[in-house]
Amino acid sequence: MNILALIMGLLAAGVVAAFSERIHRNAPRWVSLIAFVVALIYTSSAWLGAESGTEEYARQVLPWIPRFGIQVYLVLDGLSLMLVALTAFLGIVAVVSSWSEISERHGFFQFNILWVMAGVVGVFSAFDLFLFFFFWEVMLIPMYFLIAIWGHENRAYAATKFFLFTQISGLLMLFAILSLVYFNYQATGVITFNYFELRNASLDPDVAWWLMLGFFVAFITKLPSVPVHTWLPDAHTQAPTAGSVILAGILLKTGGYGVIRFAVGLFPEASQDFATVGMLLGALSIVYGGYMAYSQSDFKRLVAYSSVAHMGFILLGVYAFNEIAMQGAVVTMIAHGFSTAALFMMAGALQQRLHSREMSKMGGLWVRAPRMGAMTLFFVVASVGMPGLGNFVGEFLALLGAFQAHVPLTIAAAIGIVVAAVYGLSLMQRAFQGVPNPDVGEFEDFGAREMTVMILMMIGLVWLGVYPQLVLDLSAPVITSLGVAGL
Amino acid sequence: MSHAWVNSVMPHLVLTAGLMVLLLVVAFRRSHALAMTSTFLILVVAGALIPHSLAAGSEEAFGLIRVDGYGQFFSGLFLLAAIVTVLISFRYLDQRASSCEEFYMLILTATLGAMVMAVASHFATLILGLEILSISLYAMICYPQEGRLPLEAATKYLVLSGVASTTMLFGMALIYAASGSLSFSALGQPVDNQSENYYWLGQGMLIVGLAFKLSLVPFHMWTPDVYQGAPAPVTGFIATVSKGAVFAALLRYAVMSDVLSNASIALGISIIAVGSMIVGNLLALLEKNIKRILAFSSIAHVGYLLIALLVVAALDDPEIARETMMVYLAGYFLMTLAAFGVISALSISASDQDTEQLADYRGLFWSHPVLAAVLTSAVLSLAGIPLTMGFIAKFYLFAAGVQGALWVLLWALVIGSAIGIYYYLRIVFTMTQSESTDGSVRANAIPVETIVTVGVLGAAVILFGVYPTPLIELVRGLIGAFGA
Repeated sequence: MNILALIMGLLAAGVVAAFSERIHRNAPRWVSLIAFVVALIYTSSAWLGAESGTEEYARQVLPWIPRFGIQVYLVLDGLSLMLVALTAFLGIVAVVSSWSEISERHGFFQFNILWVMAGVVGVFSAFDLFLFFFFWEVMLIPMYFLIAIWGHENRAYAATKFFLFTQISGLLMLFAILSLVYFNYQATGVITFNYFELRNASLDPDVAWWLMLGFFVAFITKLPSVPVHTWLPDAHTQAPTAGSVILAGILLKTGGYGVIRFAVGLFPEASQDFATVGMLLGALSIVYGGYMAYSQSDFKRLVAYSSVAHMGFILLGVYAFNEIAMQGAVVTMIAHGFSTAALFMMAGALQQRLHSREMSKMGGLWVRAPRMGAMTLFFVVASVGMPGLGNFVGEFLALLGAFQAHVPLTIAAAIGIVVAAVYGLSLMQRAFQGVPNPDVGEFEDFGAREMTVMILMMIGLVWLGVYPQLVLDLSAPVITSLGVAGL
Repeated sequence: MSHAWVNSVMPHLVLTAGLMVLLLVVAFRRSHALAMTSTFLILVVAGALIPHSLAAGSEEAFGLIRVDGYGQFFSGLFLLAAIVTVLISFRYLDQRASSCEEFYMLILTATLGAMVMAVASHFATLILGLEILSISLYAMICYPQEGRLPLEAATKYLVLSGVASTTMLFGMALIYAASGSLSFSALGQPVDNQSENYYWLGQGMLIVGLAFKLSLVPFHMWTPDVYQGAPAPVTGFIATVSKGAVFAALLRYAVMSDVLSNASIALGISIIAVGSMIVGNLLALLEKNIKRILAFSSIAHVGYLLIALLVVAALDDPEIARETMMVYLAGYFLMTLAAFGVISALSISASDQDTEQLADYRGLFWSHPVLAAVLTSAVLSLAGIPLTMGFIAKFYLFAAGVQGALWVLLWALVIGSAIGIYYYLRIVFTMTQSESTDGSVRANAIPVETIVTVGVLGAAVILFGVYPTPLIELVRGLIGAFGA
């Protein structure tokens, strides 16, 4: 599989989409939709076509800036492959969810969506630290435009906050990357940004600890975790639906991926020393995110805070430092991608119909839109952690593994699951149950287009919940290579 | 003695001769288009002769100048900036001044001064180049417009620049008194104890004078007013050529004279650098005028660039410092010229002041997508976001700073960049918002040559940001083959 072609293809599709608006108003979204479908098929075929036992599905190395030993070094291993496939799939969801929402500047809108996704694919497959950082920022600017141009009433604030948080933490990471390269250069006399070579860099433990921290801060800002999560509720709430779907579904995962691949992968010992703090932040995020979610009256804000809580499980799982917990973190990443994307799509659909995100203006919606109600119920229940669905598997494995590492924090995190049930059901209750709000007139229920996407995500979650082995098999070699203990 | 030096200063000679030609052309026939075309051709010919001058080899002539790859790289940059300025000034001047022809002579003299500074290896040539440059700039600032602001800007620049030059001259006199030499290369030698105090006092005054010209904190007060008052094309020229020339000369001076080996001077420059990065970025936050924002941003950028200078002291090998300086300034030239090119393009038919209020840029993305895209790439580049040349430039600074272990300065760079993102982003955000309803100043068409010029600059910012290898190879080739 040619990864560079995939990335370039998405970028090129973005340019085509931008100009296709001149031909027909609807052309851009078709271009975008086709691009994502092709990307999904292309990625899946690489996976299906591989022999069993493959650990690496694609690899590409090209020179880029020889002066600093920088290469275009792209690799797809199991973890990357999964996340790239998820990216392509959520691209489809994002396009469909904004099908009728965007009323102007379609071309530039789809351009931005395609460019974010191209950046994300790059982030998941780059094994040269410079290239990784490059893609890390490539996905930032189009996302900023998505919020700043098509966002809701408070978009200036939200977009700027999002950009500042990501960019400043990114600068710390850049600082850490360059220092790592420099220390490796001092030791070996070779300037390289190659991941595999830098993994073997012999570092002073103190230095390694500080460098690890630089990466860690950047990734937990993106994830996000308490205390650097404050950009998320604003960005998610103000973004257009497609923006929220992309943000929650996939951009947050780049933070989780970064923690696993770089913070832990490059600095295993330093991360081990740091494990308790990592788990503590995870548990804090779970409890605090759940508490905040319950106190929201804005549908989208509630889902946004629930994301903070779910991302806490990723941190908890990764820093428990055993295979089971880390598998749990990976499954949570995928499952959360489906469930939250669906909920944000629902929030967007409601806002488009009711012109409000306030749950006090909803109530009894099930009567008017039974299909939307049923879908919401399914994804709320999934996100709450109902056994048999993907999120449960992820959270259960994360807790199981974390229990081996730190009992009190695991107990605190488990309480978070109870809180999740409270806010999840209260969301359902306030929006769809109860006495129908007399101010809400008739509105359209989900049509075939929305239902198709929703059902696809349902299938994904049920599959993950009933037979998670596929995901576990894909990520197992990666996790083993990190050198964490089995259970 | 061979006459190789004639070949090596050929671009300078062509520019001087061209100046005479232009004088005659204007004397015989006053035509704006003709003057502009002649200037353009003179600059292009001078630029085309740079490879030729390098082929003659690294040359030191009369102990006054040293023509090497480093100097000629900057000469090339200055010529490029001059060409861009000529192209974007044409329509701009046409709308304003009644006689525009002399403006082009000023551009030529200013460029010549800057090019002399790039190759100066002696105080005499340094001050000569600096004054040719500065005196041309005074006139350029208030050339096309009659009004309070340009006049104020020119006067301010005249007075403060004069003070700076005097300080520098006094410093040079002290250095001469202590060391008995005016040549950079002879200054590296130790001086006897008695006159050591004079010597370092002189060096300090020299640095202060240059800091004035570079608008470093705390000598930065004139910058926003001059940037605002000067016509947009001239502001772009000041921001690039005048600063670039001083930097080119300063680095050569620092390497040859070993002035940074004095710990107090190195410390002083570090403090100035940190101050410029932080203060420049903080003050930019308060502005709503895009020219003033760019003025403060330039203060910060000059502060960043001092890292490259300080690397000379931290490392024995000046090569990384030279390379960083060249790459950074090349990037800085491209993005600054692109930004001011867009401002000039939008100001062509503005009546009183330039189109410089941030509010005037509302909806630019939808009314002039090309200009908006160029300004966005320029601004993001100034902010140092990847995909742009500005990131590569900042990356170089980081790499150089890490090698020199200048940790405090690097932290200031991180903090400064973080603050900077906010106001750069505000420019971009304003452009994306829906168009203002009050009769837009941008209803007019933008001339083709302006669009093409800024388009090429914007494309170059992105192109070198994605694939900087050709530029890096060029810079390294020039340093390697013609080491100073």
